[in-house]
This record gives sequence, structure tokens and C-alpha cells, in this order.
Amino acid sequence: MSDVGAAERSRWLRNPSLRIGIIASLLFLLLGFVSIVWTPYPIENINVGAAMQGFSGAHWLGTDNLGRDLLSLVMKGTLTSFIVAAIAVAIGGLVGVPLGLAAAAWGGPAEWTILRLNDFLFAFPALIIAMLITALAGPGAINAMIAVGIFNVPVFARVARGGALSLKTLDYIAAARLAGMGDLEIARRHLLPNIASLIIVQATIQLALGILAEASLSYVGLGTQPPATSLGLMLKDAQTYALLKPSLALIPGITIVLIVGALNLAGDGLRDLLDPRLRRIGLARGAA
Amino acid sequence: MIWFVGKKLLGAIVTLLVAAAIVFVLLDLLPGDAARFILGINATPDSIATLQHQLGLDLPAWSRFLHWLGGMVTGDFGTSYTQKVPVGALIAGRLSVTIPLMLLAMILSTAIGLPIGILAARRRGSLADAGLMVLAQLGVAVPNFWFGMLLVLLFAVTLHWLPPGGFVPWLDNPIGALSSLILPSIALALPQAAILARVMRTALVDVQSSDYIRAAQAKGLTMSEAVRRHGVRNALLPVLTILGLQFAYLVSGTAIVENVFYLPGLGRLIFDAINARDLILVRSTIMILVFIVIGTMFLTDLCYAWVDPRLREGALR
Repeated sequence: MSDVGAAERSRWLRNPSLRIGIIASLLFLLLGFVSIVWTPYPIENINVGAAMQGFSGAHWLGTDNLGRDLLSLVMKGTLTSFIVAAIAVAIGGLVGVPLGLAAAAWGGPAEWTILRLNDFLFAFPALIIAMLITALAGPGAINAMIAVGIFNVPVFARVARGGALSLKTLDYIAAARLAGMGDLEIARRHLLPNIASLIIVQATIQLALGILAEASLSYVGLGTQPPATSLGLMLKDAQTYALLKPSLALIPGITIVLIVGALNLAGDGLRDLLDPRLRRIGLARGAA
Repeated sequence: MIWFVGKKLLGAIVTLLVAAAIVFVLLDLLPGDAARFILGINATPDSIATLQHQLGLDLPAWSRFLHWLGGMVTGDFGTSYTQKVPVGALIAGRLSVTIPLMLLAMILSTAIGLPIGILAARRRGSLADAGLMVLAQLGVAVPNFWFGMLLVLLFAVTLHWLPPGGFVPWLDNPIGALSSLILPSIALALPQAAILARVMRTALVDVQSSDYIRAAQAKGLTMSEAVRRHGVRNALLPVLTILGLQFAYLVSGTAIVENVFYLPGLGRLIFDAINARDLILVRSTIMILVFIVIGTMFLTDLCYAWVDPRLREGALR
């Protein structure tokens, strides 16, 4: 996005939902990263005497059924959820984008094969992949990363192929071909940089979906395992005790909603900013 | 049209076969000897050999695969190690919870999502549009199982309007069975309705600003007539895609939400089977899920061709 001009930059500032989305996402990311070096209490500290406390000066968000500090758990849990979702995005992007580019650059049987592979992967929701891995290798956070990552592959492949196909007919690609560049070099030097913005938008949205998926998988016991914690695992624990203390279910759930909402706002805002077609519609709407 | 249907059907069957092969390799070949696994480390070689023979594990892998496939086609899914009952009967019982739940959730989310999307598109730029879209943005971010927990806390625990969980069989008490599916289906439907409303709104807004609607207006139709007669079919395309995907992904959603409400559905059957390491049960139930997903995508393709004649003719993807 280095070619964003001054006019673009002022648009950026005038788009409040994009700004709110990005700032809120970064705040939660910061909250997670702080937990690496510091949390109010160690989450391994089980202190049944202090269990199920309400909001107080000592425990801002109260304590859970084992007397663990809820704020500390939320911080650690946010970090885990972000890491799982980010690694899943990385897997999806690193496998999917080259596949999509190759499909667009080569065409023919290679493209056909990649598209069929894509359709095939679409038939496996992350939950089914996670079930397979867990039945095979036992539960763990790594399963969730792999399962959501595999789920992300066709998404990124489709975005990369779509973007690359729309560029492929442009004159400068023909010029590069005349200059003697091969398919792969064109894909790498000309197509990839130009679809980077599309991929960033998709990565933001997949990050949000990944956090939801991590929560679901951990909730049913296929993801993060104790003594580690994640927002989904906190909800699994809350299932038993929410009747006594609803805030055990409310706090991690609201955290998930806020993170996912912030990421979606950022993704939608980036898309509006980067997609000229939508921008035109947006301006027309502003004029009407 | 027949050519198109045949091609899509063939594609779906090939996908199912490849999926079955992968599931078989992962859950039958890789874990090593199932008989040793079931009997534990203290088993005698004799008892292992007997069980291997009972399970057909002394046959070569390809013959076991074909036997499994053939069994599934004829409705014989084998016998569960842990529950000692035919897997087919177990699955059939669980589907009587899962399928109605999926259908109910789908109907609810369509009934809520589409009107909201249409309303927002018709009043584009108004306060109502902005408010509805903020709600939709929020709905997309809500995990369905957490929403289910909140529904239980409010409507079952606090207000006592509906049961908090569990299920009575349809034949014993149809009203009771339906009422225990109400909260789970709402939990599944609302986040989906949020997505649907957004897609419907975008599709209609796109259609309203398209050239052919302007042409129809120039011809003398009013905006709503033009949209009804020319726009709806076009706006339906993206909505259909999303509906198909949503039904396919309801498979996961349902399996997870069943845990919130302690519903004896297919999802809980699989989780129990995974915990008990009952791989025969796991592989067949997973294939049922894959079958539902692939079947849904096949039907979506057919609906697509029905709405958009270009796809029928071109036979393109």
C-alpha cells in the first residue's frame, strides 16, 4: 500500500469504521501480547478459597470456579486465540496464494486440477478436519491451527486466482511477456504485488473467522487443552458454572464478539478503501 | 440440462469417493492395528487374532475399503466397538435430531435474514438501513454456541419458558421434541441471518444500480416493478450461493450447538466416539457429515442452473 496518495490517506482518516476496527484490533492484540510478560495473576494459580468472586479491586473481572483471575485468563486466552487464528491464516495464505496464482498463470489442465482440489477442500469444514486429526492424534491447539489452515487454503486460492485473472489481460502483463518473462516470473513480479491488497483484506476476514473457529473447536474439546487457555476453552469451562455466575460465560464471549467485530470492521473498511468499484458506489451514495 | 446434472452428479460422486479414501487411510490404515488398540496392551496374541478376524482386519486394505464402501451404499455401516450396536441404527436415530434442527435453523435464518436485507436495500442510506447493518455486523461476530448459552440462561434458567436442554423422541412427544429444538435453532439461525441480510442487501443494491434496471425504468416500469420482474433472479444468485454454503456449514454449527443443549444428535455421537476412540463409528459418522455437505453443494449447483440459464448452456463451472 505504499502507493496510497495523500488524498487516499485523508479518506483513510475519514472512514471511522476502518479506524475503529484497526485501533480496536491492535488494542486486543496488545492485550494478548502483554500477557506474555505480565498478567495480574499467574493463570496456573489455583486458589479455591478465592473461587467465584465478583468484580473487585483485586480481581477486576472476578475469579472463576478454580479461583483463577478472569482478567489474566482473558489476556492469555486472547493471545492463544490470536496465535491459532494467525497461524491458520499463514497456512492458508502460504499454500492457497501460490495455488491460485499458478492456476491463473498456467491455465489449462493445471488450473483445472487446482480448481477441483479447491472444490474438494470446500467440502471439508474445519470441524470435520479437526475431528479427523483428533481421532488420529489426540486433541490439541495444533489441530485447530491445521484444521482452520486447511479450511483457509481454498479461500486464499480463490481470491488470488480471481485477482490475478482480472490483471492478466492488462497491457503491462502482455508487455512483460513480450519482454521474455515466463509465467511464473510474471506471477511473482507483477501479479502478486498487485493482488497483495486483496490478500490483506481476505487475511483480516479469515483472522476473524479463525478466532470464531478456534473458539468453537476448543469449546467441543478439539482445540486448546488445559493448562493452556483460550477464549473458547474459557467458554467450555463456563458451561458448567454459568448458572451460578453468568459473567464466566459473558466475559470471554463478549471479548470474542469485540475482537471479531473489530477485525471485520477493519476488513470491510480496507475492502472499501482498496476496491475501486465499491468506492465509486460509495461516492455515488454520498452524493445522493 | 441433463448433461449439466450428469456432470455435476459425477463430480459429486468422485468427490465422495476421494473423501472416503482419505478418511479410510487416516482412520483405518494409519492408527496401526485396531484390534490391539481396542483390547489394550495386556491382550494375548490369541485374542488379538480372533478380534482381527472378527473385524476383517486380516483382509488386505483395498478389500476392507471396498467392503466399507459397499456396506455404506447398502446401509450397513458395521458395528460400533464400544456400543456393540449397528452403526447404521445409531446414525439413523441421531439424524432424527440433527436433520430437523438443521432445517429449522435454515428456515428461521432465511425468514429473518432475507426480509431484513430487502428492507435495508429498499431504504438504503436511511437510519433503519444503518441500524440494521450495525446489528448484522454484530451478529456476524457472535459465536453461535455462545449465543446458545446466553439463550439457555435467559429463556430456560431465568424465565423457564423452554427446556434448557435434552430431547424427548418425536414419537413420544412431538411438541416436546419441537420445543427442545427451538432455542438451538435460534442460536444457529441468528448469526447466519446476519450474514444473509448483508448478502441480500448488497445483491439488491447492485441490481438496483444496474443498466438493465435503468433500461426497464426507461421503458416505463416503476423501480419496484423493474426489480421484481428483472432484478430478483439476478439478486438471487449470490444469495443462493450463500444459502448453499450456509446449509453445508450448518453441519459444523449443529454438531457444536448440540453440545450446548445436550441434544443426542450426530455431532454428539461423533464427539463421544472420538473420546472413546471408536474409529469404526468415527469414520462412518464423518462420512455422513461429508455426504451432507457434498449433497448440499450438488443441490446448490442445480438451483444455480435453474435460476441462471447461462450456466446450463455453457456447462462452465
